[in-house]
Amino acid sequence: MKLVIAIIQPYKLEEVKEELYKSEINLITVSEVLGHGRQMGVTEVYRGAKETGNLLRKMRLEIAVNDNYLEPAIKAIVKGAKTGETGDGKIFVLELKECVRIRTEERGPVAIG
Amino acid sequence: MKLVIAIIQPYKLEEVKEELYKSEINLITVSEVLGHGRQMGVTEVYRGHKETGNLLRKIRLEIAVNENYVEPAIKAIVKGAKTGEAGDGKIFVLDLNECVRIRTEERGPVAIG
Amino acid sequence: MINGADTVFILFSTSLVMLMTPGLAFFYGGMVRRKNILSVLMQCFIALCLLSLHWMFFGYSLSFAPGNVFWGGFKWAGLSGVGLEPYAAYSATIPHQAFMIFQMMFAVITPALIIGAFAERMRFSAFLAFILLWATFVYDPICHWVWGEGGWLKSLGVLDFAGGIVVHTSAGIAALVTTIFMGKRKNLEHTPSPHNLPFVVLGTALLWFGWFGFNAGSALAANGLAVNAFVATNAAAAAAGLSWALLEWIRNGKPTVFGMVTGSIAGLATVTPASGFVSVMSAIIIGVSASVLCFIAVSITKPKFKYDDSLDAFGVHGVGGILGTLLTGLFASKAINSAGANGLFYGNYKQFFIQLFAVIVVVIYTFVVTFIIYKLVDVFFRMRVSEKDESMGLDLTQHHERAYTVLE
Repeated sequence: MKLVIAIIQPYKLEEVKEELYKSEINLITVSEVLGHGRQMGVTEVYRGAKETGNLLRKMRLEIAVNDNYLEPAIKAIVKGAKTGETGDGKIFVLELKECVRIRTEERGPVAIG
Repeated sequence: MKLVIAIIQPYKLEEVKEELYKSEINLITVSEVLGHGRQMGVTEVYRGHKETGNLLRKIRLEIAVNENYVEPAIKAIVKGAKTGEAGDGKIFVLDLNECVRIRTEERGPVAIG
Repeated sequence: MINGADTVFILFSTSLVMLMTPGLAFFYGGMVRRKNILSVLMQCFIALCLLSLHWMFFGYSLSFAPGNVFWGGFKWAGLSGVGLEPYAAYSATIPHQAFMIFQMMFAVITPALIIGAFAERMRFSAFLAFILLWATFVYDPICHWVWGEGGWLKSLGVLDFAGGIVVHTSAGIAALVTTIFMGKRKNLEHTPSPHNLPFVVLGTALLWFGWFGFNAGSALAANGLAVNAFVATNAAAAAAGLSWALLEWIRNGKPTVFGMVTGSIAGLATVTPASGFVSVMSAIIIGVSASVLCFIAVSITKPKFKYDDSLDAFGVHGVGGILGTLLTGLFASKAINSAGANGLFYGNYKQFFIQLFAVIVVVIYTFVVTFIIYKLVDVFFRMRVSEKDESMGLDLTQHHERAYTVLE
């Protein structure tokens, strides 16, 4: 089992969700985060005081998948989130040791999805 | 060391926290997230336009524990969060390679909790 | 002869109508996504600044000076001759400048109403050019036709108490034109959700409150007619809000807050031309009809035609304004306002056709001239923001600010 964490542009969330559904991946957790990578921050000006390089609003997705769904998940996220410009985001994959479905207390691969 | 990530119903947070305290697990990080699993999204209607399948509000817990606390943590979360209905949530367990207490720069198991 | 009570009433009504533009800002601002709320607030407020000056420099003169049948000309430009003595053709009991500033607030909010059609995708510089040209070439002439001394529709006997034609029909049609030519917003397939419904409700409260000045103030005196307009306004808003909620309850299973306040605004827009000519009971019927028709326009017709009138400026104000103007031709009664006329239900079928004619003329004129202005501004300023700016939001890209911080 793997835990996939993706940081994407906020306005790409719908497209990514759609691509994931197409790959039969339905269980996702979304949170709003601030990110800073190679993309330049936007300039904000408050009463004449300029502030640049602020953190940018991003969406963070967490998706737990069984091993055979890992590549489809990565492909779906890339397909939905890629524009080719800086700021598209990143995907991280971590080893998932255990997974518990709280409702039934099932464990392991059967509890995912 | 392990990192336990749990996605639970928002209104179950207090009960889960209480169960965790009973198991002597005090260090938790809570964030508000949007989740989508088997549970149906609610229908929202704006000026007659229906929108279903929206993401639902969930609470995400992050808990770093030493090996001997993994099972107590899982049990506590299940005890606090389980209702038996769809939407109860999931628990993920990941390997934690390192942990640093920033104040003292202690590392490893001693830095947890 | 200046009457103190009338003057106080008009200045107070002016303040109420002024508050409608910020009210509209919150009404619209709550409906957009949160990356665009400042752009909507900014557009409304800058309209207050820019169009106030436009009005004093030449707008008031074009609208109300005794020029020809088409417009007022520049006789009163820079407020020359607009002094503190009454001008009897408009109101014999208040200073001329009081009438001028009361009308100014109408000239401010009318172009601001159109913002609902192009919200979330218009360049700020293009916006400024557009509303200035629109106020000058659409609002000012139509205002002169219907309300100005010697205006040709006024001479025909068209009834428009507080702006069903001048304000709501013109702004609604302009909204339809801009929304058609600007095209849909991007990335909206799944999330047309308003980002802050409490703001929408707050905006509605301010609009409803301000509308008392809008309609009752249009009596231009603190008299019985003002009270009739005041009560009729409240009656229509109440009937419309309640019936929209009921319609939703029956059709969709639940009454929504958003639907109820939308209904109230539709009722207010629709009763505007009628408020000083119809009885309170007629105003209730007008309110209910407003809800039914605007509900159909917004919830049933709009999705079929697939145009993106972001915040339903046409569906609520355009449809409401046209409906109200026509219903005035049915329900108007000389028993309420002896200076008015009887409508179809009181034995004067001609009035209905006069109203219908005025609507057709104003719709065609507004459509054509708004289209020309749109194309002109598009050539010089480019109306629409770039795709990237649109996805980042207008607050950051047009104003270098954001409304809500994520941390702290």
